[in-house]
Amino acid sequence: MTLILALIRRDLSLSIRQGGGVGTALGFFLTVMVLLPIGLGPDQALLGKIAPGALWISLLLSVLLSADRIYQQDYDDGSLDIMTMSPVPFELVALAKAVAHWLSTSLPLAIAAPVLGFLVNLDPRAIWPLALAMMVGSIALSLLASIGAAVTVGLRRGGLLVSLLVLPLYVPVLIFGLSASQAPGSSPDIATPSLLILLALALVSVVLSPLASAAALRSYLK
Amino acid sequence: MELTADNLNCERGGRTVFTGVRFSVSNGQLMQLTGPNGSGKSSLLRMIAGLNEAASGTLTLHGGHEDLAIEQQAHYIAHQEAVKTALSVAENLSFWRDFMGSGDVDKAMAAFDLTRLSSYPAGLLSAGQKRRLALARLVLVPRVLWLLDEPTVGLDAASLARLVRVMAGHLEKGGIIIAATHVPLGREPDTRLELGQAA
Amino acid sequence: MQYLANPTRFLKLANAVLPFVWAIAVALLILGLYGALATAPADYQQGETVRIMYVHVPAAWMALFVYVVMALASAVAIIFRHPLADAAAKTAAPIGAVFCFLSLATGSLWGQPMWGTWWQWGDARLTSMFVLLLLYIGYIAIWAAIDEPHRAAMIARVVALVGVINIPIIKFSVDWWNTLHQPASVFRMDGPSIAPSMLWPLLVMGLAYSFLFLALHLTSIRAEIAARKIRQIQIAEIGER
Repeated sequence: MTLILALIRRDLSLSIRQGGGVGTALGFFLTVMVLLPIGLGPDQALLGKIAPGALWISLLLSVLLSADRIYQQDYDDGSLDIMTMSPVPFELVALAKAVAHWLSTSLPLAIAAPVLGFLVNLDPRAIWPLALAMMVGSIALSLLASIGAAVTVGLRRGGLLVSLLVLPLYVPVLIFGLSASQAPGSSPDIATPSLLILLALALVSVVLSPLASAAALRSYLK
Repeated sequence: MELTADNLNCERGGRTVFTGVRFSVSNGQLMQLTGPNGSGKSSLLRMIAGLNEAASGTLTLHGGHEDLAIEQQAHYIAHQEAVKTALSVAENLSFWRDFMGSGDVDKAMAAFDLTRLSSYPAGLLSAGQKRRLALARLVLVPRVLWLLDEPTVGLDAASLARLVRVMAGHLEKGGIIIAATHVPLGREPDTRLELGQAA
Repeated sequence: MQYLANPTRFLKLANAVLPFVWAIAVALLILGLYGALATAPADYQQGETVRIMYVHVPAAWMALFVYVVMALASAVAIIFRHPLADAAAKTAAPIGAVFCFLSLATGSLWGQPMWGTWWQWGDARLTSMFVLLLLYIGYIAIWAAIDEPHRAAMIARVVALVGVINIPIIKFSVDWWNTLHQPASVFRMDGPSIAPSMLWPLLVMGLAYSFLFLALHLTSIRAEIAARKIRQIQIAEIGER
């Protein structure tokens, strides 16, 4: 356990020191938030209606595009090689790195995104449910993105391929994330069951993602 | 303790790299791997480190820890140095110490003359210093089997002498070293394996 | 030697049965199309456009079925290391993708007179099938992106299995999303009463597609084995030089 914590701690301090972590992801998020009203026109009512969806899609993309860093550097500099030789199961190594990505990038984004909702005229009553849903949903987002990152780690230009592979898997998170983000009092009240399903999705990815990522990483190391 | 290979075959991308490799090294012995480029020196080391699969043949470690795989009792040092440029020298080593079990960071830095560099980010190190930082893992965490792929690349005379001394110390304590290099390592190897002759 | 034994035996078998499989597929297709176009009645609401169903529905069945075949082959490749399993998974994907595309295209053609629009996001099936097509494209892209066949095979297995675990989840979520946004007025295929005169051509078409898949799949596995042999010969020749 301490071994895994050591890895998470290292990845966190790397992401803080190297930049290109949450800062860039947040910048990307903001850029999308600016482009949307420009593309759709300044109609406040329309923006308010699409606000939760717009925020979710921006979150999806920001998490996905920041995920290539999860394994890339450790693959390039040989750290992954050494990690397979430790007493820690490689699946746990993969999980720890995905968790570090969630803590360093996705979770801060999930907390910041609803606050930035005012840019698209988000109903203020929806801020709290949206934040809660995004915090839970972002677990699944980071873990699924880590599969994509592992599957393309040895490829020079894997970026587009990652999007193609991972975005379809994001569909359930998007759907239940959106229904869990409803402002309280709207009918039918589906926020709570959706949040629970979102939690279930997160748990499924906690199991699925380390297995898939470790298998993919191993085949690149061989 | 004895590491034996029996009839190892290696295939990469459908191409046969080597066939029928046999050897046996035991405590306190140094085995030197030689052979032209592409003869499979690195592939053999990666195979022992559990990073490649043998197409056929067996590798066994007798007398080691029963419940640990070979690679969990081995160090592997290769061209890629597994050094994080954003972390300091000491942080690099203490991460590997925490991740691989237990060890002594100060001793490891002293062995490769890194002590005065300890707080500098590894990104500022020269190629030779980075190599020393990678080699310091050998001293950091005690493991019996050392797999060294061209360990001397980038080292100056003083550092090479340090490496030779550290290797001698390891062998004295009963360690096993397999090194792929053409540079003399301060002593005659107990075994020499030349790849790329047969086949 | 065991590595070569299986593909050789497979080739022998495939060469023996392929003419028959093709013949059955063509015969069933002719019979099914005859039933669909000539004997089945036009729908009293939809008129002649209902005949699209005979092409559309079996294609959707096959698109799902082929993905399952692909995932099973990938699982077999992981568990038994059977040399043919990766080839089977790899070659199934483009065929499945074509079935998937066919079901989408015919669905859209069918939807046009029904809904008055070429694409209706309110239809959960259409949306799920679209996502399935994306999964197929992703799987095919993995094979295309990784040069080293052995590595590509290992990665592709992961992608196929992750995909097949996610398909039910995606389907479930799209259905849920659909009920949220959808007044239940969209035309539904699975009415309680499908007349026998409409059912038999549909089933025959389903069978015809299955045989067509079998024929195409066996043919492309055969081609894949040949491609592997060519690669091996080329590698051997480079080695000699």
